Amino acid sequence: MADLTTDFLGIRTPNPFWLASAPPTDKEYNVRRAFEAGWGGVVWKTLGSEGPPIVNVNGARYGAVFGADRRLLGMNNIELITDRPLQTNLDEITRVKKDYPDRAMIVSLMVPCEEQAWKDVLERVTETNADGIELNFGCPHGMAERGMGSAVGQVPEYIEMVTRWCKENYNKPVIVKLTPNITDVRFAARAAKAGGADAVSLINTINSITSVNLDTMAPEPSIDGKGSHGGYCGPAVKPIAMHMVAEIARDKETAGFPISAIGGVTTWRDAAEFMAVGAGNVQVCTAAMTYGFKVVQEMISGLSDWMDSKGYTTTAELVAQAVPNVTDWQHLNLNYVAKAKIDQSLCIQCGRCYAACEDTSHQAIWMKEGRVFEVNDSECVACNLCVNVCPVENCISMEPMAVGETDPRTGQKVLAEYANWTTHPNNPSVLEKA
Amino acid sequence: MAVTTRTPGVTAGRLDRETLTSNFADLHGELSPHEAHVAADRCYFCHDAPCITACPTSIDIPLFIRQIATDTPKAAAKTIFDQNILGGMCARVCPTETLCEQACVREKSEGKPVEIGRLQRYATDVVMAEGTQPYQRAKPTGKKVAVVGAGPAGLSCAHRLAMYGHDVTVFDAKDKPGGLNEYGIAAYKSVDNFANKEVDWLLSIGGIELKQGQALGRDIALADLQNTNDAVFIGVGLDDTNKLSVPGAELSNVTDAVQFIANLRQSTDYTDIEVGRNVVVIGGGMTAIDAAVQAKLLGAENVTIAYRRGQEKMNASRWEQDLATAKGCTILPNLQPHSIAGNDTGRDTGNNAVSAIKFEYTTSTATGLQGTGETVSLAADQILMAVGQTLDGAQDGIAVKAGKIQVEGAGRTSVDGIWAGGDCASGGDDLTVTAVAQGRDAAEDIHAHLTSGD
Repeated sequence: MADLTTDFLGIRTPNPFWLASAPPTDKEYNVRRAFEAGWGGVVWKTLGSEGPPIVNVNGARYGAVFGADRRLLGMNNIELITDRPLQTNLDEITRVKKDYPDRAMIVSLMVPCEEQAWKDVLERVTETNADGIELNFGCPHGMAERGMGSAVGQVPEYIEMVTRWCKENYNKPVIVKLTPNITDVRFAARAAKAGGADAVSLINTINSITSVNLDTMAPEPSIDGKGSHGGYCGPAVKPIAMHMVAEIARDKETAGFPISAIGGVTTWRDAAEFMAVGAGNVQVCTAAMTYGFKVVQEMISGLSDWMDSKGYTTTAELVAQAVPNVTDWQHLNLNYVAKAKIDQSLCIQCGRCYAACEDTSHQAIWMKEGRVFEVNDSECVACNLCVNVCPVENCISMEPMAVGETDPRTGQKVLAEYANWTTHPNNPSVLEKA
Repeated sequence: MAVTTRTPGVTAGRLDRETLTSNFADLHGELSPHEAHVAADRCYFCHDAPCITACPTSIDIPLFIRQIATDTPKAAAKTIFDQNILGGMCARVCPTETLCEQACVREKSEGKPVEIGRLQRYATDVVMAEGTQPYQRAKPTGKKVAVVGAGPAGLSCAHRLAMYGHDVTVFDAKDKPGGLNEYGIAAYKSVDNFANKEVDWLLSIGGIELKQGQALGRDIALADLQNTNDAVFIGVGLDDTNKLSVPGAELSNVTDAVQFIANLRQSTDYTDIEVGRNVVVIGGGMTAIDAAVQAKLLGAENVTIAYRRGQEKMNASRWEQDLATAKGCTILPNLQPHSIAGNDTGRDTGNNAVSAIKFEYTTSTATGLQGTGETVSLAADQILMAVGQTLDGAQDGIAVKAGKIQVEGAGRTSVDGIWAGGDCASGGDDLTVTAVAQGRDAAEDIHAHLTSGD
C-alpha cells in the first residue's frame, strides 16, 4: 500500500489532506474531531490582533449554486476571521497540538499592515508550538475593506513586505495564502518568494454573487434585503484554482517553490490532479462543510489505491508530474490531427452531439436513417464538443490520425514533425521574417 | 357471520372501508417539487426526441420537462395542453411504458426511462389546481359544430373548435361527460373525481354547450345535426360489448367487465360493489387487467385472467400484466372458454349462478389458434367478460370498415361535413391519447374547412 505520509516544508503528516482555514477549523472541538476522522493537518481559522474580536452578520452568511438533486457545486460566504478572543484560540491551539503531535497545526493570521501588529501576534503564536503560520492575504470580503486580506494580496509589494516581517519575527515555516482576485497570480507568488516565504497556498475564495432573489431583488445570501459579494469556493472553482497553481509551478521564477493547493478539492482525484500540477499537499474546506469530516476517508483510500495502481510509493513522487505538460497555446503541436469517433454500440441515439455540432460547431455529424449519428471526417475539426455533451462515457472519443494519412478536411497528409504557431506561415511574425 | 374474502358467492363488503380506501388510492402518486426536479434533470433534451415521435399527440416532451426543471410548471403545462388538452388524464392513463417512456433513450441505455408520465402529471396538476384555463376563445365565427360523444375525442375536438371561435354543441348519451375517462378506467388511476373536474376545466374556455342523455339514433338524428350545424364530429366510442358464445354464458354473475369497471368508477367508497370469491376474467386487454386488479382489490380471494392466446400476444402492456400479478392475480394464457357450469342452487328461483368454467388449452398453428382437446376447470362464482367492444350501430350512409367508421386524413368520413375520431373511427390504437389526437386533428380540419369557404 502506498505511503501517504507527506513532508511539506519539513512538516510531516500522515496524509496530504489538510483542512483549510475556515469554519471547520475555528475551534478545539472541531479540530480534535477532524484529527480523529483522519485529517493530516489543519490551518486554524484566521486569528486577528489582540482586542475586541470582529463581529459577523446575524443572518445568512453562505450562498450556494446547485446542480441536479441539490448537489452543491459552488458555495460562497461572507464570514469574517475568527470572532472569538485571541487568547481563547491560542490556548486551544496549544492544547490540540500537544495531543496530536503527528498532525500539522498551522495558524492563519491577518492583522493590520504594520510591523508591530505582526510582531505582537507572532510572539503569541510562537508560544503555541504550532508548526507554522499562513498569512491570509486572500479574504475578499469585509476584511479587505479594512485594508487587510485580499487588499494586501492584490499588491505584490505589500505581500513581500509583510512576508519579510513575518520571516524576521518567526522561526517556523511561513506560508502565504494568495487571492485569485488578481490579474496574474504569478506576480503575487513571486513577491511571496522574494519576501522569504517558505510556500504559497492558493486559491482563497473568488469574489462572487451566487444568485439574485427575483422576488426581493436582493443578492443571495441576503441580510435584511441587502447582499454583499462573498468568496466563492467548492467544486466549481477547481479549474480556476488548478490553472493558478500550474502557472506558479511552471513559472521560471517560482518553479519548485512549495505550493499548498486549495480550491474545490472534493475527492482523492482532485487532490491527485492538484499535486500533479505542482502542489505538495492540498487543503480542503467545502467538501468537509458539505459532507462532514468523514469525507477524508474516501480521499485517503482513493489516493492510496490509485497510487498503488500506478506504482507510486510516496506522494512526493507524483508532485509536479504534469507540470512539464502544461504549456502555452503557441507551443501546441499543430500537426497533430484527430477526428471524433462515435462508438455505435454505446450510442443511445439522444442526438445531443448532432444538435451541438450542427447548431453551434462545424456541422460535422450526420443524422442518418434510424437515428444513427456518424462523424463526417471532412468537416470534423476534433473540437471535442460532442464528447463533452454526450451523456454516455467513452461513447465518443477523439482518435488521432496516423502519420501519412490524409486529413479529408484539409486534403493534407498528417506529418510526423512537431510544428507550432511560432513557425506557422500564417503567423504575422513569421511572415515578417520571411 | 361477517363477510370475508372467503365468503362464497358474489357479495359486497369483503373488505372494510378503510382497506378499500387504501386499496383504491392513487396508483402512481404525485411527485413533490423536489422529486420532479430530480426526475426532470434526468432528461437529456434529445435532438428530435424519440419520445415526441412515440407520443400520439406529439407533445414536446423535452421542452416541457426542461420547463419543469427551471421552475415554470405552468409553462410546461401549456406546452402539454397545446398538443393534448386532456394531458392531465393522459398523464394518468397512458400506457407510457409502450409509448414515450419506451422510446426514451434512458430506457435504451439503462432500462430506466425518464418518468415522463409522472412529470406530465406534475405540470398539469399545477394548472388543474389553479383551475385556470390557459386558452381564450377567438372572436366568434358564427359557425356551428355538433360533436357527438363527450369522450376524449369529442372533448378534444370541441375545445379546439371553441378556441377558434366556433359554437360547439356536444351531445352525450350518458349521465355524465367524459366517456371512458369517466366510466372506463380503473378507479386507482383517476382518483378524486379527476375526470369530472377535467371536463369542467376544459369547458371553461366557453362556447361549448354540453347536452347529456342524448344518444345518437335514439334522441338525436344525424340528419338533424347536419341540417342545423356547419359540421358534425362523431366520437361515440365503442359502446357495445362482445359476449361469450359458449354454453352457460347466460348464467347469472357472468357479466361485462366494462360494466363492472363503470360501476366501480361511480361508487363513492366501493363498499357497495359486489365481487365473487373466485373471479375469472376472460380477455387480454387493458379492460381485463383493470377488472381483474380491481376485483382483487375489492377482496376476491382468487382472481384469474384467462387469455386464449400466448401471453406475449396480450394487448395489455407487460407493465400492466406485472401490476396484475403483483396485486395477486394469476394470468393463464392459451385457454379458451369451453363451457360454463351453474350451481343449481338457484334453479328454483330462476337464478342459476355460475360455479365453474371449463377451458380448453390452445396452441398457435400456421392456420390460426386451435384447441388441443385438453381441458381444465376453474371454480368461478363470477365471470367478467373483457373480450372486446364494438360500435353500437353504424349510421346510415356512413361507410364502415372492419366494424369502425371509415375515416381518411384528419377524420373525414365518407360523408361530406361529417368527421369522426376516437375508438369508433378506423386507424390508431384504442387509447385515450390517440382519441385526443384524432379529435384535435379533426377540429383543425373542420376549422380549415369552415374558414376557407369551400
